[in-house]
Amino acid sequence: MRAYPYDLDRARKKLQSIKRNIVVWSSTSAAGAGASGCTGEGRGSMPGMDNAFVKFSGVQKTYDGETLVVKNLNLDIARGEFLTMLGPSGSGKTTTLMMLAGFEAPTHGSLLLDGHSIDNVPPHKRDIGMVFQNYALFPHMTVEENLAFPLKVRKLGKLEIEARIKRVLDVVRLGAYGKRRPGQLSGGQQQRVALARALIFDPKLVLMDEPLGALDKQLREQMQLEIKHIHEDLGVTVVYVTHDQSEALTMSDRIAVFNEGAIQQLAAPAELYERPRNAFVAQFIGENNRLHGKVVAMNGATCKVEIAGAANVQALAINVEAGRPTVLSLRPERVRLNPMPGSLPNVFSAQIAEVIYLGDHVRIRASVCGQDDFVIKLPNSEGVAQVEPGAAIAIGWKTEDCRALDAQ
Amino acid sequence: MATMAVQIAGSPDDIPLRTKLQRVERRRKLRAVSLVLPLLLFILIAFVLPIGRMIFNAIHDDTLLRLMPRTMAALNAWDGKDLPDETVYAALVGDLKQASAQKTAGAIAKRMNYELPGALSEVMSSARKASALSAGLYKEALIEINPFWGRHDAWSLLKRGRSAYTAFYLLRSVDYQYGPDSQIVTSPPENAIFRDIFLRTLGISIGVTAATLLLGFPVAYLLATLPPRSRNLLMILVVLPFWTSSLMRTIAWVVLLQDRGLVNDTLIALHVISQPAELIFNRVGTIVAMTHIQLPLTLLPIYSVMKTISPSLVRAARSLGAGPFYAFWKVYFPLTLPGIAAGCLLTFILCLGYYITPALVGGPADQMIGSFVAYYTNEDLNWGMASALGAILLSATLLLYYVFNKLVGADPIKVG
Ligand SMILES: Nc1ncnc2c1ncn2[C@@H]1O[C@H](COP(=O)(O)OP(=O)(O)O)[C@@H](O)[C@H]1O
Ligand SMILES: [Mg+2]
Repeated sequence: MRAYPYDLDRARKKLQSIKRNIVVWSSTSAAGAGASGCTGEGRGSMPGMDNAFVKFSGVQKTYDGETLVVKNLNLDIARGEFLTMLGPSGSGKTTTLMMLAGFEAPTHGSLLLDGHSIDNVPPHKRDIGMVFQNYALFPHMTVEENLAFPLKVRKLGKLEIEARIKRVLDVVRLGAYGKRRPGQLSGGQQQRVALARALIFDPKLVLMDEPLGALDKQLREQMQLEIKHIHEDLGVTVVYVTHDQSEALTMSDRIAVFNEGAIQQLAAPAELYERPRNAFVAQFIGENNRLHGKVVAMNGATCKVEIAGAANVQALAINVEAGRPTVLSLRPERVRLNPMPGSLPNVFSAQIAEVIYLGDHVRIRASVCGQDDFVIKLPNSEGVAQVEPGAAIAIGWKTEDCRALDAQ
Repeated sequence: MATMAVQIAGSPDDIPLRTKLQRVERRRKLRAVSLVLPLLLFILIAFVLPIGRMIFNAIHDDTLLRLMPRTMAALNAWDGKDLPDETVYAALVGDLKQASAQKTAGAIAKRMNYELPGALSEVMSSARKASALSAGLYKEALIEINPFWGRHDAWSLLKRGRSAYTAFYLLRSVDYQYGPDSQIVTSPPENAIFRDIFLRTLGISIGVTAATLLLGFPVAYLLATLPPRSRNLLMILVVLPFWTSSLMRTIAWVVLLQDRGLVNDTLIALHVISQPAELIFNRVGTIVAMTHIQLPLTLLPIYSVMKTISPSLVRAARSLGAGPFYAFWKVYFPLTLPGIAAGCLLTFILCLGYYITPALVGGPADQMIGSFVAYYTNEDLNWGMASALGAILLSATLLLYYVFNKLVGADPIKVG
């Protein structure tokens, strides 16, 4: 069954092929420095973004004609923004990126880059830099030859090419490695070469598909900051793909959380963590206690939830209705021990099962409301010493910290 | 260091660590050797010894030394200028009598005939008549019986026979031979065929290698880029020829390409040609049939290399601004070079030794060096020539392989 016919819209004439704007490196660095200012306003999908630099409208993709790998994607990306697509493996992130790069054609919908449709523009004319997960450096060329490749294609002069290579090698701090082949570099160095190669021709847009996936943790964290700084310095628009939430939180202006081919939530990192819109996002970003219950009463912005047939919890109503099952999401660090009586609306007793000492903080696993994988995170300060496994203590949390979400 | 030494010395059984390690290593090595021993023996018996023997045969020939001992001894004193003196002729008569009695005259005659065409009948008749000679002036008598013994080049040949080693076969294989005074001269035109044949062998091998590369490369590319299911089907088609005997395949080409064969009939029926084209028993047929047999051998190494080339490399090139052809030529193609080199080398070296296929579908002018080796081995029973041709082919092959390894071994691709 072919549920989603091809869009006739795709046949409409190509508006204008993308002009190659080859600007000298320094000129873009200066011009783009102030462009990444859309950080704070990331609420929802920004439907009315007029100056959208990249625009996905109604994009769908199926490989086999049966399942949609990308379902009706609408996404606007601002000029100079660092947007991350975050989601579990198989959620359609790479597919989305490949459609933007031109290696996969959308089954439906259309893509705009800088105001022009790119549906009929082949990949090499899109002027989009790309960093691949395995770096995709050309093994038979030296670092310099790799870097010169996009410049030679663009028929730049020899001197100009040399000057740019020197500059970009300095940016990624690989000045001494120009004559080496990729096989003679460490993973981190290869990664920097790949980055330099994607940036050297001053693309308007840079795509990165899990570029740090193959590096060890320490190097990954260092590279995250480096990429972030390069982005800030050059002002280039970046679309970044990762399945690592801490990476996404560290680097992004906005994060699009993907699951099963659809964006679950599109927001700035803090917003995503503080105010997840559904149970998937709450679960995927950061740690999260899940309490299953049923909404017994709605009360404006809050609701009353019954858990395990007994306790009543006051929670923020996000996407629930009265009488329906719900999942309460509560961050472990928002749980208070031994609250003052009357100070919190939600107070329950907890049976402590395990106390794990982690230096800067202490993790407590406890049984709360019949659920025995309830986690409490406490900063390592005075009160911690009194918590012993087996003890029963009172815990509590604020209504605002507890979000009643869809029970999926 | 000191504590360590103490610890080692103080270990319970007092055996130094190094000795223990050696013991363990020795056991491991023994096991490894015993595993490869059968193959090693096989290669030694079936490969190294015969080839060594062949190379030896190319330079070793003691026929004259063995069968004409008296003459050979007497010739030691000959200065090689005029005809030898009476004692040498006396020795020759003695040898000829013995040869006649022991029926070895044929071997002597044949050996001499290699270097002096026509010597066969002269020597045979002399051997027969020599038994009638009794003491006296053998020199005049022999020359009287047969003027052959008055020829200076015949005596030069016999003098060379004093050594069990001869360069004659090797010289002959590259169109040189000994002149009347044992100097090296180019062969007369009727004998000077081998350089042409070596060049022809080389030419046909290069042609077939190029044809398999041109035909095989696109198929290998297709195989490497197809989704697994269609790939398997195509792969079966590619290796299918392996499952049929190459003799059958060659004969199938005869059926297809002969004057009243499928191809000619079709072309005539379509009025493309009016007379049957000569497609077989010539160079065309030879190259077509050999290309067919060699195609998978060129293709498979290329395919196996292509399979390891990540598709993201070409994508990276495209994203960097290269058009499809440029990306292929600058990124994909250079990475396939090791496969191309391996496949072409395999096919080229195998082609050098082809024998049956040219014999079946080639004309007289398409026979390769293998046919001549077979001819000398099976029909002429001239093992010296067969060995010399074989040895030269082998050394040419090794030389090519060495040069190739130098070129490809130094290739930067291997570093990447
Ligand atoms: N070339 C392809 N052909 C068929 N199915 C594909 C192809 N690429 C990806 N898929 C499928 O599409 C889904 C999404 O894949 P992908 O976009 O790679 O996800 P992600 O990058 O988020 O891990 C997966 O189920 C995957 O199996
Ligand atoms: Mg992916």
